[in-house]
Amino acid sequence: MDLKGLRDTARKIRLLDLETVYNAGAGHIGGEMSAIDILTTLYFHTLNIKPEQPDYPLRDRFVLSKGHTACALYVTLATRGFIDQALLPSFLQPNSTLNGHPNRVKVPGVETNTGPLGHGLPVAVGMAKAAKLSTEDWRVFVLCGDGELQEGSNWEAAMAAAQFKLDNLTLIVDHNRLQQGARLEDTNSLAPIADKFAAFGWSTTEIDGHNIEDIANALDTKTVSKHQPTCVVANTSKGCGISFMQDRVEWHHKVPNKEQYEQARKELEGAAI
Amino acid sequence: MKQPPALHDCRDAFVSTLEKLAQSNNNIVAVCNDSVGSSKLAGFSDKFPERLINVGIAEQNMVGVGAGLANGGKIPFVCAASCFLTGRALEQIKADIAYSQTNVKLCGISAGMAYGELGPTHHSIEDFAWIRVLPGIVVIAPADPAETSAAVKFAANHPGPVFLRLSRVGVPDIFESTHRFEMGKAACVREGSDITIIANGTLTHRALDGAELLAQHGIEARVLNMATVSPIDSSAIINAAKNTGAILTCEEHSVHAGLGSAVAEIVVQNCPVPMKILGVPGIFAPTGSANFLLDEFGMSAEGINDAGRKLVDKKRV
Ligand SMILES: Cc1ncc(C[n+]2csc(CCOP(=O)(O)OP(=O)(O)O)c2C)c(N)n1
Ligand SMILES: [Mg+2]
Repeated sequence: MDLKGLRDTARKIRLLDLETVYNAGAGHIGGEMSAIDILTTLYFHTLNIKPEQPDYPLRDRFVLSKGHTACALYVTLATRGFIDQALLPSFLQPNSTLNGHPNRVKVPGVETNTGPLGHGLPVAVGMAKAAKLSTEDWRVFVLCGDGELQEGSNWEAAMAAAQFKLDNLTLIVDHNRLQQGARLEDTNSLAPIADKFAAFGWSTTEIDGHNIEDIANALDTKTVSKHQPTCVVANTSKGCGISFMQDRVEWHHKVPNKEQYEQARKELEGAAI
Repeated sequence: MKQPPALHDCRDAFVSTLEKLAQSNNNIVAVCNDSVGSSKLAGFSDKFPERLINVGIAEQNMVGVGAGLANGGKIPFVCAASCFLTGRALEQIKADIAYSQTNVKLCGISAGMAYGELGPTHHSIEDFAWIRVLPGIVVIAPADPAETSAAVKFAANHPGPVFLRLSRVGVPDIFESTHRFEMGKAACVREGSDITIIANGTLTHRALDGAELLAQHGIEARVLNMATVSPIDSSAIINAAKNTGAILTCEEHSVHAGLGSAVAEIVVQNCPVPMKILGVPGIFAPTGSANFLLDEFGMSAEGINDAGRKLVDKKRV
């Protein structure tokens, strides 16, 4: 898919995410809008995957460690053909397979169950190590929140990944500078994130996490440095694409009312791509 | 038609009591994990900004920091979603809090299935099991605002570890506002001699509603509110077994190793009688709200009535 196609797909995923959260009356829309350009690039450009065979053994693996943004993953999986789009209105409804956090037992395309923060990276290290043990060349990608990196488990995994020389592992940090209740800098700033990973033995880059071309380049195999895991710090904006949500902490899990929904739709539909 | 009673989010009683206590005791501090909103600590933070310690999204660190604060003479109320507090930091709770006997008050917020649709990662239906096996932690699940407030006061004064298991799911008033909490003592909230229903937390009012339905079938149920799961009130349980001959337990927790199991441990070793344990039946719950799931798992008034009648039939054979 060309860049214009990717941007248009990201816009459609944003619209469908907005609609799904609005209809369900719950979700984590801020962190979803912040991650959608990354998810779109992964699923429509980078990942070697087969929607018709979700467990294809040589597939690339993607782990959504920030599991609270499950809705964006469901919408992406539906748009890519892993699940039926007709399932989306069942999000959060009684007995739906689509609950608030992704479940691999119920949703094709989900690799591991997340929700408690700080689980994705250790599991991804295990996946990447498995590929190395089998001398297979599939790759592993993890998307973490920036606040999520406050969990110590990530740093244990970061050390292991460097020790194991997992150059088939790429961590993308959705660096939107906000966590649940406040800005990172007012809680536990973690700055400078890229330098911390570099000190842990990782190859690092910083990109604009809403620029599809930048994302695609940063995730390309050609940019991987041999014998080192890669950390891509993606500078993003929580609520990206919807003016009144953008960079506002309360939109971590607020739900738009009817008027806000209409306004958000209009903005997303009218955005230049 | 009877008006349905007003429902309360017990987090409100929790924080208003905590703020009052903190006013008169400078040693009381709150520790949290980016959970100022979900623990309703914004008021505490406004009044005592220096005494709110937000460690970020880092529960293991949070519990360790709590133990250290207690060592330095503080009385930390460590507040986090119960699923992450107990699940993520279990070893810290075992070694730094229980084994070390530190004066820390662990406050598991939105326990049980309060997070409903967010799914089993966010359900805390293992916490009675995990915490009650640790020696030396008082485990309390209050049933309404008055009991919540009394339990917070108890925790602040009790010299040692306490786990307060709190919900956000609406519950009606059960106790008078002057209610005093007594550690390890069940409160009899309904007299009866045909069967005993033992419940706590969000299940006590459901048990009372179930008892009303049983009464329509001529069965008078005693209802015990067993707020303290550890140490448990064994004499109230033995008396219930002897006097009523059947025990039904109800809890917003797995049927394994929770309140029902704690009761069964006393019953089988002292006075075996027919028992039924209602709770989450050993599965990861499907998608749905807490109240939807409790009804699904047989803990509506009708479900409790059915289970109670079956148990009384069993007693007769
Ligand atoms: C172990 C754990 N602790 C707390 C939470 C509650 N929680 C859900 S989302 C969130 C904030 C996450 O912030 P960040 O990682 O920056 O995500 P984003 O900004 O992309 O939404 C918190 C604290 C959780 N899900 N898991
Ligand atoms: Mg963030």
